[in-house]
Amino acid sequence: MAEPFLIGAHMTGGYGAANILEDCTLSVEKGQIAVIVGPNGAGKSTAMKAVFGMLGLRGGHVKLDGEDISHLSPQDRVARGMAFVPQTNNVFPSMSVEENLEMGAFLRRDDISGTMRQVFELFPILKDKRRQAAGELSGGQRQQVAVGRALMTRPKLLMLDEPTAGVSPIVMDELFDRIIEVARAGITILMVEQNARQALAIADKGYVLVQGTNKYTDTGEALLADPEVRRTFLGG
Amino acid sequence: MDFLNAVVALTNFVLIPATAYGAQLALGALGVTLIYGILRFSNFAHGDTMAFGTALVILITWAMQDRGIQLGPLPTALLALPFGIVLTAGFVLATDRAVYRFYRKQKAAPVILVIVSMGVMFIMNGLTRFIIGVGDIRFDDGERFLVTAGGFKRATGLAEGLAFRSTQALTIVTAVIVVALLFWFLNRTRTGKSMRAFSDNEDLALLSGINPERVVTVTWIIAAGLATIAGTLYGLDKSFKAFNYFQLLLPIFASAIVGGLGNPLGAIAGGFLIAYSEVGFTYAWKKVASYILPESLAPDGLVQLLSTDYKFAVSFAILIVVLLFKPTGLFKGKAV
Repeated sequence: MAEPFLIGAHMTGGYGAANILEDCTLSVEKGQIAVIVGPNGAGKSTAMKAVFGMLGLRGGHVKLDGEDISHLSPQDRVARGMAFVPQTNNVFPSMSVEENLEMGAFLRRDDISGTMRQVFELFPILKDKRRQAAGELSGGQRQQVAVGRALMTRPKLLMLDEPTAGVSPIVMDELFDRIIEVARAGITILMVEQNARQALAIADKGYVLVQGTNKYTDTGEALLADPEVRRTFLGG
Repeated sequence: MDFLNAVVALTNFVLIPATAYGAQLALGALGVTLIYGILRFSNFAHGDTMAFGTALVILITWAMQDRGIQLGPLPTALLALPFGIVLTAGFVLATDRAVYRFYRKQKAAPVILVIVSMGVMFIMNGLTRFIIGVGDIRFDDGERFLVTAGGFKRATGLAEGLAFRSTQALTIVTAVIVVALLFWFLNRTRTGKSMRAFSDNEDLALLSGINPERVVTVTWIIAAGLATIAGTLYGLDKSFKAFNYFQLLLPIFASAIVGGLGNPLGAIAGGFLIAYSEVGFTYAWKKVASYILPESLAPDGLVQLLSTDYKFAVSFAILIVVLLFKPTGLFKGKAV
């Protein structure tokens, strides 16, 4: 089997002396959706940060498209086609929606209007609100701005840290639909989700993390069907 | 007629001087607020950066005057200003490389950077005095007045005169141009937008590939430019004395905080608010009052709320009131 598009293999590391991640492995195939679920404090967000280079690794490596990127800074990883949407503080609040998108494309020197049009097609509400400050938008709209900003670099890999945190269930469904749409456009997606059931339903691959290490790894479908996973993590 | 005289007196003694002073404060406060927004500390060295820049402008002005270079009706200092800005920016950038960058790399707390900036302030303070001395220096030349009091009286037949000094006009015009340029830069250019983005959300700016060192460099250059312009305008309008610039720090900080630290629009509003209050409180209103009020009510005293010696108390009082009731400033600034 060929090597996956993105692989974070045997990642070990943490913020202080203690390791939060212990031999954690995540991978995702091109154009697919991988979802990380798990209880609070399992190290889901930390694993994302490790993949994105915001956390120093003591062990393991990260490879993108066959190339070892473990030593690259987050900025350099952006230049390599990775984009990250943090869980909180993921927009520029005093800047307009349009300016937020422009800042997303900061590294690009070519014409960005085409990409901006695509983002507006994906999230039509943003087009109506493009002159409004992002900080004045509702939670769901703000998440759309955040995802839109990340898409402006035309990434090959989009990393989402709990994109549906704090939005209403209706908006959540809508966001999941949009994420599937993004994946269909050929963009690989790695995301952390609280709403495990819904997220696994759209996942090609699912990871259940517990205490910084892989507990279960399978297709989303299989994890949803697994009685053990259902009982311990999905509430029956 | 009396009413017109009152209006003229008010314009002459309050509105015009306060507007010019407000423009100078606004330019100073814009520098403070930009540094706060991007580098996230209150730069106590800003007043002395103004003094340093102005001292350089004065030296260049003298050199130009010696060679017979003049600007006709406009002060020669205007010609020297661009050179002064470049030199000051160079000095400030060198300070950043030598001092601030070290603390930035360590991710030092803002309060440490404030103390560091006080150290820089004392050094610049001494340096400026060493270069140009501690005395009072007037360096304005060219046409003194746009409108003279005597000329105004003859032209209108009013008892009150209205003087409009060319340095006051120059201050106001320059401030308008500089502010317009600054806002165009911040809102329309790629670099300006990246500065706003960095100020808004530093982490996300990094994730978007914005280079923090470049943003910081541009910010220092703009702040140095604003400081030199504000200092030179203040010096032309009044006079240059190193100690006065050090004292200006208080009203400038008051302006920036009252308007909302980190908010450029707030800095301008704050500058004018502080200037009008300061002049309003320390002006002897007797003349204006005696024109408007009937004879029987005419005041005996000067009707001066506060002696000019206490003018800084006005900035302090406004600062405290705003911080008590609206800690983020009148415009939405960052929490202090």
